[in-house]
Amino acid sequence: MTDLATYNFAYLDEQTKRMIRRAILKAIAIPGYQVPFASREMPMPYGWGTGGVQVTASILGPKDVLKVIDQGADDTTNAVSIRAFFQKVADVAVTTKTKEATIIQTRHRIPEEGLREGQTLVYQVPIPEPLRFLEPRETETRKMHALEEYGLMHVKLYEDIARNGHIATTYAYPVKVEGRYVMDPSPTPKFDNPKMHMSEALQLFGAGREKRIYAVPPYTEVVSLDFEDHPFEVQKFDKPCALCGAENVYLDEVVLDDKGGRMFACSDTDHCEDRRDCGHAGHMLARKEAAE
Amino acid sequence: MYVAVKGGEAAIANAHRLLADRRRGDRTLPSITIQQVVEQLGLAVDRVMAEASLYDRELAALAVRQARGDMIEAIFILRAYRTTLPRFGYSEPVDTATMKVERRVSATYKDLPGGQLLGPTFDYTHRLLDPSLIDDAAVEEPAVKEPGEHVMRVSDILDGEGLIEGDGRMPEGHVMGDLTREPMEFPMARDLRLQALARGDEGFLLALAYSTQRGYGRTHPFVGEVRIGEVEVELDLPELGFAVSLGVVRVTECQMVNQFMGSAKQPPQFTRGYGLVFGQSERKAMSMSLVDRALRTDEFSEDIVAPAQDQEFVISHADNVQATGFVEHLKLPHYVDFQAELDLVRRMRRDYDAARTGSQDGMKEAAE
Repeated sequence: MTDLATYNFAYLDEQTKRMIRRAILKAIAIPGYQVPFASREMPMPYGWGTGGVQVTASILGPKDVLKVIDQGADDTTNAVSIRAFFQKVADVAVTTKTKEATIIQTRHRIPEEGLREGQTLVYQVPIPEPLRFLEPRETETRKMHALEEYGLMHVKLYEDIARNGHIATTYAYPVKVEGRYVMDPSPTPKFDNPKMHMSEALQLFGAGREKRIYAVPPYTEVVSLDFEDHPFEVQKFDKPCALCGAENVYLDEVVLDDKGGRMFACSDTDHCEDRRDCGHAGHMLARKEAAE
Repeated sequence: MYVAVKGGEAAIANAHRLLADRRRGDRTLPSITIQQVVEQLGLAVDRVMAEASLYDRELAALAVRQARGDMIEAIFILRAYRTTLPRFGYSEPVDTATMKVERRVSATYKDLPGGQLLGPTFDYTHRLLDPSLIDDAAVEEPAVKEPGEHVMRVSDILDGEGLIEGDGRMPEGHVMGDLTREPMEFPMARDLRLQALARGDEGFLLALAYSTQRGYGRTHPFVGEVRIGEVEVELDLPELGFAVSLGVVRVTECQMVNQFMGSAKQPPQFTRGYGLVFGQSERKAMSMSLVDRALRTDEFSEDIVAPAQDQEFVISHADNVQATGFVEHLKLPHYVDFQAELDLVRRMRRDYDAARTGSQDGMKEAAE
């Protein structure tokens, strides 16, 4: 009982990594196709990033620099926890700087700063099947993908328009990859969808509980589904970031007091800090520094 | 005044420290030992071993203690350890006919070879709180009988008459699946379904089994027999040319006998539902056998009319480690997506209010 548990580099044993790498290679070869893989139990709960963690663990080398974000921020508790996990089991260099990272594991956001060639973005995916809420059965949805039978999805988007005058999907907005597979971009806000298109970086998606891996290789076409008369649109914020003054970035709404006070600040904390270091300032910045 | 939330790392460390404190509780009381958990909370240990799919009483007891008695948490801890262990082979199927039986009851025969053995059961205890346990009163030694005649399996008795289907067989050339090493695929063959049920959540299977008794996919079941005892686990070593014993495990087996009226493909006969679980858990083994039979719709040309018969529904949701993770992940931050929804609802609300005031103005004009 005392000689419990000595773990391999990056936790997973090499056989498992090999199996996952094979799935990743297949996923890259068929962009947007969900490759089943024998997902392992991880020492963190299913639904908390086990898919992303397995993908990261399989591609991570001792020279990599890892960044982990959740909701765009490096300091959210689950991001802290996953980063600490890799520091512990792989002793790998970590960073909060998007530029410096070779691997970025993310939940719910794509960094504002454009990713470069050689970088890999690993998404944590809860429900990999874009058709799941239209058809709960895996046997059916796999058939639909095989036959490229995506009419149901278009009907759903059409019904949105008929009912609301616009498409009422705000996150996990379905995309078509390289003109073939409809893919779930994971629950990122649709604001981030355009960043996936022709990205220089490799994008890998891991769903641990659902045992699926899929990928978007660099320079791949990723098109958000829409209609000619209702083109795809992203969220717009009517104010810039209150801390760094950035426009055209995704903002978090922060409740300031119980009198309806609100401020909007960058969800991507690294991007925000970077801008502030370069001298940009939003209208709340002075107040914040005064408080510190 | 706004200050961004920082210090997740310190918060996590402090939370873990507090958890360790709560786990230990009052320091003036002695802490429970692993051996005490193994000996005195044996059924909790059994459940953790069964649903973690790892037969090790001490590690399971450690997990129970570490999880403060939270069974699913303990199962999770032990599973996460199991998955890191090297796989060096697959054992031979255990032969439950040669089980060293401690308990065996049959509901289908009054008496049978090997007899009815009650064993250590809660059945027929009156569920009255026992004050003598507070003071740790002395406990009598159990009465022990020398092993008697061979405890014949009930299914073999029925089989002799040709009234029950044979033991389950996979088609010729079928390679036995391994749920923990291959991704699930539906439709799923019975070998993999049984693996999934054996590690499935006891409560979930109990509820599904119960639903079949209340008309949601009836299977007309009789307990052919339930037996609990020790069986030998053997591994075939090709280098040696024979199987060697790895040790002994305690299991609970349930053979459910189900009436079946016959179909175009099959004659009228009794059919089987099968349950096999690590440790002592009749509730789980019986539930498993009811659900196993309910899921065999394709073999008997039965219509799928109830949840317990639907293998995608049952197997996809039976694993409590997966279920608890995904349900509880909702407490992780979702504010980026919530922001997007907030924006949408505000926009739709503006449209709605505008449409309403617009139509009210219209009505006023009409009235004037």
